[in-house]
Amino acid sequence: MIEERFDAIVVGAGMAGNAAALTMAKKGMKVLQLERGEYAGSKNVQGAILYADMLEKLIPEFREDAPLERHLVEQRFWIMDDRSHVGLHYRSEDFNEERANRYTIIRAQFDRWFSSKVRAAGATVLCETTVTDLAQDAYGRVIGVRTDRQDGEIHADVVVLAEGVNGLLGARARLRERPKPNKVALAVKEMHFLPRETIEARFNLSGDEGVVIEAAGTISGGMTGMGFIYANKECISVGIGCLVADFQRTGRTPYELLDRFKRHPSVAPLIEGSEVKEYAAHLIPEGGYRAIPQLYGDGWVVAGDAAQLNNAIHREGSNLAMTSGRIAAEAIFQVKSRRLAMTKENLALYKRMLDRSFVLKDMKKYKDMPRLMHTNSQNFFMTYPQLVSKAMQTYLRVDGTPKSEKQKATLKSFVNARSWIGLFGDVFRFARAWR
Amino acid sequence: MKVERSVRVEDKLFCNRYLVDAGRPHIKVRAHTRPSPQLLALLRACPARCYDVNDKGQVEITVDGCMECGTCRVIGEPTGDIEWSYPRGGYGVLFKFG
Ligand SMILES: Cc1cc2nc3c(=O)[nH]c(=O)nc-3n(C[C@H](O)[C@H](O)[C@H](O)COP(=O)(O)OP(=O)(O)OC[C@H]3O[C@@H](n4cnc5c(N)ncnc54)[C@H](O)[C@@H]3O)c2cc1C
Ligand code: SF4
Repeated sequence: MIEERFDAIVVGAGMAGNAAALTMAKKGMKVLQLERGEYAGSKNVQGAILYADMLEKLIPEFREDAPLERHLVEQRFWIMDDRSHVGLHYRSEDFNEERANRYTIIRAQFDRWFSSKVRAAGATVLCETTVTDLAQDAYGRVIGVRTDRQDGEIHADVVVLAEGVNGLLGARARLRERPKPNKVALAVKEMHFLPRETIEARFNLSGDEGVVIEAAGTISGGMTGMGFIYANKECISVGIGCLVADFQRTGRTPYELLDRFKRHPSVAPLIEGSEVKEYAAHLIPEGGYRAIPQLYGDGWVVAGDAAQLNNAIHREGSNLAMTSGRIAAEAIFQVKSRRLAMTKENLALYKRMLDRSFVLKDMKKYKDMPRLMHTNSQNFFMTYPQLVSKAMQTYLRVDGTPKSEKQKATLKSFVNARSWIGLFGDVFRFARAWR
Repeated sequence: MKVERSVRVEDKLFCNRYLVDAGRPHIKVRAHTRPSPQLLALLRACPARCYDVNDKGQVEITVDGCMECGTCRVIGEPTGDIEWSYPRGGYGVLFKFG
């Protein structure tokens, strides 16, 4: 048993945990961080896009030594059917700036680097330590943690739960529910290695420029889900994720889905001849604003994926994790510097600060989106992509059919598939959820 | 019920690094005679294909290739079909890239 008492214990050394531990350690607090992996990042999976602004707030000079892959100059969005894709590309020379806005990263490497900063700031970081339970007093107040390492407990004034999407500890201590199959997506992902020049030629890049592709459509077989292809320096991340409830309902297998995506004629040439060096799987919180649990209580706060703070529409998670971790730490520090106790009333400050940040504002904006996507998955991920592809092909094929007839045929295919009421309803519901 | 073999998951898992905690599986299947629909769903939903059916028609788990994603927990824990934990600190999957 560790006899020492800490100001704060942080569970997890992912994006949220590192942000929280770093912020508190920098302010001179006595912090213990516990991570179950051999090193920070050894259990973590991401696409991965890193958003510079949120990291800059923690480590302003991060570009000097952080393991960054490519800065993004181009974003592609693909609507796919089985044989084609309709794409929206945005590329701008403006993104070739000195302090780039978005980078691709490799999580296992990035988290290790992030963790070194946490140690340098003075926090005690213990890896290879799984926290098994929260220690609570007779009133249910959280007073520390129990781990699989020493018998006994480690005590602290406050515990920051940054344990990621599975959130085992919070659920075991009945602070929140376990994630439900319709509120989390399962993503599987492979790392495809190719020579640098090949990647740059295939993606039309030079130097450290990068591009990411997000893809939706029949590739998810009517399930709510998306695919992604991100270019790193010498490898390409290829993955696809769908709601767990949809996997359960359809009986489709995640690896078969990933292989189908890889074999798609728009995807296959990008990764042809590559060597696969890793296959990974992870959950992503997709429940949105309505799935956010209680964020604080007596002796504890929760941040990042464990708090369901993940914006599935924009595919942002790590930046919400970093920001909520940082804000949790700042709130804790304020409570401590006023010499107040870490009670539920005092820690409510965390929620008030989070409400004012982009984190909860963005989450709130899309509060109706998950439900809309899940209840209309067949339309959004099967019917529309097929119709759009058909329309594009009809439009582009030159075959002597008068254009007016082509347009009529296209319109008719939409109405046949969804009816006028269905079409207007979909547009209306989508617009309202997007608003 | 047999899971399709068009994709060999074993080959995929082969490139991953694991430190197996021999004799201490972190996930357990509750003893049963006939598997529940939730248990059967795990045969296909698990991305590492850790679940299989034995000759008695019961669902079994071999955790060696487990990527600790939590999918089976989300499906199988509420019904009491499985017990789910993380491996001991340091054990289990070790992502080089993640
Ligand atoms: C395939 C995929 C692609 C993604 N792409 C993007 C993207 O491009 N951009 C983006 O911003 N976000 C992306 N995300 C989301 C992003 O990865 C998460 O939002 C982010 O990692 C959440 O950070 P976190 O710190 O809350 O959790 P995590 O990063 O998951 O960290 C949790 C940590 O806690 C540790 N832990 C858990 N339980 C215990 C315990 N009991 N004891 C000790 N340690 C424990 C874990 O080992 C882990 O290190 C993606 C996610 C996935 C799965
Ligand atoms: S945690 Fe994931 S990989 Fe491990 S057995 Fe469960 S579903 Fe399979």
